[in-house]
Amino acid sequence: MENKNIDDILALSKELRWQIGDDFHDHLAEGIYADAAEIVGDAITKKNKKNKFSIDSKIDRIVTSKTWGFPIMFLVLAVILWLTITGANYPSSLLAKILLNDFHPLLKNLATTINTPWWLSGFLIDGVYLSVAWVISVMLPPMAIFFPLFTLLEDFGYLPRVAFNLDSLFKKSGAHGKQALTMSMGFGCNAAGVIATRIIDSPRERLIAIITNNFSLCNGRWPTQILIATIFIGATVPAAFSGIASLVAVIAIALLGIFFMFFSSWALSKTILKGEVSTFNLELPPYRPPRFWKTIYTSLIDRTLIVLWRAIIFAAPAGAVIWLISNIYIGNESVAAWIINSLDGFGFLLGLNGVILLAFIVAIPANEIIIPTILMLTVLVTGISVGNGAGVMFELDSANATGEILRAGGWTLLTAVNIMLFSLLHNPCSTTIYTIYKETKSLKWTTVATVLPVIMGLIVTFLVAQIWRIVF
Amino acid sequence: MDIKVKSACDTCAHFNAKGLKKLGVNTSNFDFVIALAGNPNTGKSTVFNALTGLKQHTGNWPGKTVTRAEGGFEYNEKKYKLIDLPGTYSLLSTSEDEEVARNFILFGKPSVTVIVVDASRLERNLNLVLQILEITDKAVLCLNLIDEATRNGIEINTRTLARDLGIPVVPTSARFNKGIPELIQTISEVASGKIWCKPHRIKNIPKNIEKAMEKLATKIEKEYPTIPNSRWIALRLLEGDTQIIKALKTQEFV
Repeated sequence: MENKNIDDILALSKELRWQIGDDFHDHLAEGIYADAAEIVGDAITKKNKKNKFSIDSKIDRIVTSKTWGFPIMFLVLAVILWLTITGANYPSSLLAKILLNDFHPLLKNLATTINTPWWLSGFLIDGVYLSVAWVISVMLPPMAIFFPLFTLLEDFGYLPRVAFNLDSLFKKSGAHGKQALTMSMGFGCNAAGVIATRIIDSPRERLIAIITNNFSLCNGRWPTQILIATIFIGATVPAAFSGIASLVAVIAIALLGIFFMFFSSWALSKTILKGEVSTFNLELPPYRPPRFWKTIYTSLIDRTLIVLWRAIIFAAPAGAVIWLISNIYIGNESVAAWIINSLDGFGFLLGLNGVILLAFIVAIPANEIIIPTILMLTVLVTGISVGNGAGVMFELDSANATGEILRAGGWTLLTAVNIMLFSLLHNPCSTTIYTIYKETKSLKWTTVATVLPVIMGLIVTFLVAQIWRIVF
Repeated sequence: MDIKVKSACDTCAHFNAKGLKKLGVNTSNFDFVIALAGNPNTGKSTVFNALTGLKQHTGNWPGKTVTRAEGGFEYNEKKYKLIDLPGTYSLLSTSEDEEVARNFILFGKPSVTVIVVDASRLERNLNLVLQILEITDKAVLCLNLIDEATRNGIEINTRTLARDLGIPVVPTSARFNKGIPELIQTISEVASGKIWCKPHRIKNIPKNIEKAMEKLATKIEKEYPTIPNSRWIALRLLEGDTQIIKALKTQEFV
């Protein structure tokens, strides 16, 4: 029988394994390296001693130094944000003007001329079309700036340095150092960040990275932060400093997110995900000048358009839902008004209101539609005559006008601060939740990842609201 | 007999660009399977994109290829399916990505394994190359990032290298599409058997390990006379690799 021979081979291998001893692995590796050295000695000549590596290591000594590593990281983040915020302004308002101010009335007129029933044109044009148009005009410009910038940084080779800088912090919080990379990806899109956690081998540390990825402020939430900061935080200082003040506020929220990420990683690794931190090799790759145009092109096609498409797919039904709950009446009040009234008390405890809470529920499919939803619902509740009727999403031309509506809805500085906090600390969007389920294949961990940030958000906003009301 | 020859290029054995069709993800009915192996951050994904015409995202950080990517190209009427393996420094440890790469090269039996190395860091990269050459005898060394090496004053004699390793060596700069036609041509010649490799086998193995390895290898060869990598299997048995033990028992090497 053949099997006998194989058993012989296995028996022999066991016997020999004992004979050659423990150092087998090391000796073998040494042997391979000796061969490699011989081959290289044959085939390679180095011309000049001074090479590019010395420049690389000089750069590395600065960007990974104890003193400069962190300031440089924050500076890079600030510059990218600043470019995104200021650069997106103009194309955003242009797109809004074309899609909302010009094209929307055109569609409405067309619907009237061909005798479309009001509910159909309301549902399709005021609901579905407007939400899609809003998402495009608000999301496309910042994404088209943020993603290419981020990709350029990635191609240059900076991300592994970030991981290097943050490694000791991750280690202290019981997480894997490569989580720095997935966290950075999360700043673009949490779903992408969750997929990127595949680079982490240990299941325990990978779960931590997945659950805490939501604390990276994602692309759908940057616009909310920026808009609210511009309207409310910027207004608290003299006009000359309002830009800086809002930038600082947004960065503070992003940093707070990173803090929460470390904190919950630590808490998880001390409680339900106990275990050893695994060691790993992280090679600092050479700096490579990115291929500028190619990077711009692929990041536009690969990331921007794909994420935008996803947002559109989710925004369309959300727009329809908003229109429906605002136009279906129970007694004298629309469904939306009913929900808002019943949520108002709870919202007050959190320094928010019923409108905001309902908006966060409606916007589960896509974070980027939170602000338009809030505006539309606020108008509905306060009854001020702006916009285009019940359940119509709109974007106001200036931040000032938006601010007036929100103030009319009872907003204060506290509301603004707490909505920024709650936007950071709430459940991931439905795409991310679905991605988490696909990656973990576990209902339990998906639930943890979804509920944990909401609980944190409720606690934080509650505490802030109570303390604020005592102090001010 | 009148065979029309339109131009010298048509009959030339060298790269024939007209015969190339990048197939993207369409990999049905392929003739050859090509594995793409290499250290992390050597531009493997860039080579993969250059060969398949796909735009898999590349980034300058190690380990960013998280899923095994597949793609294909057609060259001179033969279809090639390309598998981009996770980047690893070695094939000796138990980590998941090394296992994936090791098992694919061993059990997936690719027609050709293209090993992508960073030309500026050849010595360190050779660790993986020499291990792969123990497993398979059909391989091509893709000496990538050759432009960076040249800029750094590193000169590589590719003929000496090819002689020492016993496999063809193709210098490339995949980011700029340089050397890719030559790489495709070389892959096709190794796949079709036009180029016969005689891969380097690790020499500097300590005597006691070598003896044990040879003893086992002879036994394995007796059992499977056609096996090309009895030495590697012997090494893995000495390591106690359970996958290999299982494979031996289920006759997967026949």
